[in-house]
Amino acid sequence: MNVTTASVQFTGSAQSYLSPTGVEVAFILIGLVVLGSALLVVTVRNLVHAALWLVVCLGGIAGEYLLLGAELVAWVQILIYVGAIVVLLLFGLVLTRAPIGHTDELDVKHRAPAVVVAAGAAGVLVTVVVDAYRKVWLEPRAAVPLGTGAANGAALFKYWVLPFETLSVLLLAALVGAIVISRRGADGDSDEPESVGTD
Amino acid sequence: MNPDSYLYLSAILFSLGALGVLIRRDAIVVFMCIELMLNAANLAFVTFSRMHGRLDGQIFAFFTMVVAAAEVVVGLAIIITVFRTRRSASVDDANLLKY
Repeated sequence: MNVTTASVQFTGSAQSYLSPTGVEVAFILIGLVVLGSALLVVTVRNLVHAALWLVVCLGGIAGEYLLLGAELVAWVQILIYVGAIVVLLLFGLVLTRAPIGHTDELDVKHRAPAVVVAAGAAGVLVTVVVDAYRKVWLEPRAAVPLGTGAANGAALFKYWVLPFETLSVLLLAALVGAIVISRRGADGDSDEPESVGTD
Repeated sequence: MNPDSYLYLSAILFSLGALGVLIRRDAIVVFMCIELMLNAANLAFVTFSRMHGRLDGQIFAFFTMVVAAAEVVVGLAIIITVFRTRRSASVDDANLLKY
């Protein structure tokens, strides 16, 4: 299952820890944007603004994919997440008549335990990552011809055909399930509660 | 460069998403935070793909996106159904399986 011909040799001693290449500078800048907008998604009081900050965050993650050389993943991220899922979430906000504007009732009362749990999760994950990947290096971008549409298509349809087909069945099931769930009790479903009026 | 930095970003993003799931009350914002967590996992997948010089991680990222899309579709249908019966999209109000 060797997809690409490039095999990466991890050379830990050849590079220094401080090589301020353009990729690293771009990574840091985009990473700050991603983390800041993610924090705003979590904390901002205006729900529509939260959805719009989510666009910034997902776009930044697409930029990180580009830095990692995963071009097709980056563009699919833009297409599916920014283009489709966020629009779907905005429709959901509008359809549930979410309060437009600042509201204080959006957070749970006890915030401190949640912060403690999240900080603990972050601590555990970062510690594990530090321990596991301290001595691994990424090859320069030119050495790893990855992530183009052709390479991804070949890998997908050579080695991952069965999961691909299974996912198409999953999508069909989700489509049918969404229609069935959200159908407004048509043609005399007896277990439907009294009508909630016209809206 | 060291792949650590990408994995740090992924881990912190995941924790931010978990924080959002824990502290937000509107069901759709909880969904947004779940998307953040899925994206953090995707970033880790793509980093591993780059690290090992194979495409499998990127294929998994595609699969995650498909599952996320299916999840959002079904989840929004459920949220809108709950809203229709309870007149509220707050997760605190969704405490009954059958109304």
